[in-house]
Amino acid sequence: MARAMSMTPVSATPIVHLDRIWKSFHGTAVLTDVSLTVPRGQVVCIIGPSGAGKSTLLRCVNHLEAIDHGTIFFEGVPVYRYLRGGKKVIDPDRRIEQVRAQIGMVFQSFNLFPHLTALGNITEAPVHVRGTPPAQARDQALALLRKVGLEARASAYPHELSGGQQQRVAIARALAMEPKLMLFDEATSALDPELVGEVLRVMRQLATEGTTMLVVTHEMGFARDVADRVVFMDHGAVVEDGPPERVFTTPRSPRTRQFLQTILNRGEADPQPAVEYSA
Amino acid sequence: MMFSLDDMIAFLPSLLQGALITITVSLLAFAFACVLGLVLGLLRMARLLPLRMLAAAYIQFIRGTPLLLQLFFIYYVLPYAGVTLTPFASGVIGLTMNYAAYMAEVFRSGIQAIARGQWEAGFAVGMSRRLLMKRIVLPQALRIIVPSLGNFFVSIFKDSALVSVLTLRDLMFSGQLLASATFKHFEIFTMVAVIYFLISYPAAKLVEYIEMRLDITRRPRPAAGLRQDATGQEAAAIRRGSLA
Repeated sequence: MARAMSMTPVSATPIVHLDRIWKSFHGTAVLTDVSLTVPRGQVVCIIGPSGAGKSTLLRCVNHLEAIDHGTIFFEGVPVYRYLRGGKKVIDPDRRIEQVRAQIGMVFQSFNLFPHLTALGNITEAPVHVRGTPPAQARDQALALLRKVGLEARASAYPHELSGGQQQRVAIARALAMEPKLMLFDEATSALDPELVGEVLRVMRQLATEGTTMLVVTHEMGFARDVADRVVFMDHGAVVEDGPPERVFTTPRSPRTRQFLQTILNRGEADPQPAVEYSA
Repeated sequence: MMFSLDDMIAFLPSLLQGALITITVSLLAFAFACVLGLVLGLLRMARLLPLRMLAAAYIQFIRGTPLLLQLFFIYYVLPYAGVTLTPFASGVIGLTMNYAAYMAEVFRSGIQAIARGQWEAGFAVGMSRRLLMKRIVLPQALRIIVPSLGNFFVSIFKDSALVSVLTLRDLMFSGQLLASATFKHFEIFTMVAVIYFLISYPAAKLVEYIEMRLDITRRPRPAAGLRQDATGQEAAAIRRGSLA
C-alpha cells in the first residue's frame, strides 16, 4: 500500500512483517487479508473504530492470538505457522517464546503481577527467562524505573500505585527484556484522563530514542505528533496506511474521513491543534 | 457422674499417645494430599485429553464413595491383590487419596481464577507455560486457595478418627479401648473431645495467621525508605501517611 511513503528509510529486513493475515473468532472474521510492515526504528500507530481488529492484529504480532491463515515474519523469518513446500509448519512453543522475549507488550489493563513489587515485576523475565544475574537485573530495573520516573516506588506493590504509575511500571517491565519492538495496546484507554499524560510522555520519549513501536491508540494527538506512519483499520482490514499528515488531512478513503470526523465531533481528540499531552 | 482427677491422670497417657498418632497421620496425609491434589488439579487442566479424563475420573470416583469404604478397601481388599499395608500406612494413604480429590478441585478453581491477563503478560515477556505457572499463577492462586486448604487442614484431624476402624491406635481408638475397658464413657469421651478441640483450634489459628501473612495488602511491610527496624505499627502508620 503506502509503505513506500514512510518517512524513515526502510532497512533491509523489517522487524515485523505480516503477510496476508486472516483471523476469525467462532466464524466471525476479525482480520481479513491484512498485511503490515514495521521497519526498524519506525513508530506505527494503528487507529480505527472499536471492533476494527486493531488489538487482535497487535496480539497476532506476538502470537497471543493464533492466526488462521497467512505468515508472520519476525526479522525476516516466518514464525509459528506458515507454508513450506505446500506443508503447514507449526513452530514448537520454545521458538514462539524466543520471539516473544524480543517483543515488549503493554496492555490496556496493565496486567502487572500483583504479588510482586514494581522492581520484582521488572526483574522477573530478565532473571527467569533470560538468566540475567539478579544483581544485574536489579540495577537495570532501577535504571528503567528512573527512566519512567518511578525510582522511589521500586518496592511498592501494584495495588499501591495509581493507574498511570502501574502502566509506567508495565512499560519498564517490557523494556527490561531489551525488546526489538514495543507493542502498545490502547495503553492509555483504562486511565483517568489526568493520568494519560504521564504515560504518553514516556511513550514519546521512547519514540524519540528510536524505539520501534507498534501502537494501537485512540490518542489522535499522539498519533499525529509521534507516528512515522498511521494505519487506519476498519472491519478487519487496513484501509489507509501513510504518514500522519496525509492520513489526517487528506485521507483517501471515505471511511477514514468519516471516522476522523466522528472523533472530531466528539471534541475529544482534535488532530489539527492536537490534544496537548506533549512532554 | 463426677470427673475424678485420678481417673483423668490414669487415662491421659494413653489418650495422648493416641493423639500423637492422630496428629502424625493427619499431618502426613495433609502434606501428601497437597502434593497429590496439586498434581491432580494440574492434570485436570492438561492439554492432553486422556490426562484430563483420567484425573476427572479419579476425582469423581473418590468423591462418589465414602471415605470409610475407601479405608476398608485399602486395608482389607488390597491384600487380595497382594498388597498388604499396616493400619498406619493404610490410614495415611486413604486420607491422602480422599483429600487429594477434593483439594484438586480447589487447586483447579484457584488456578482458573487467575485473570487471563496474567498469562498474557507472562507470555508477552517470553515465559513458558511451565515458568508462568510456577512463578506467576501458582503464587497468586495459593493466596486464593489458602482459606479452603485451611478448612481441609482443620477437618483432617477429625476425619482421621475414621482410621480407628483399621485398628490404628489413634486418639479415637484409644478412647474406645479405654471406654470399653472401664465403662467410664462420659469422662473418657469428654477428654477425647477436648483433646480433638485442642488440636483443631491451634490448627485453625495457624491457618488464620498464614492467610494474614500471604495477604500483601495487609502484611506489615516497611514502606520505601523506611528503616528496617521500625515496628509493624510504625510501618503501618507511616505507610498510611505516605501512601495516602
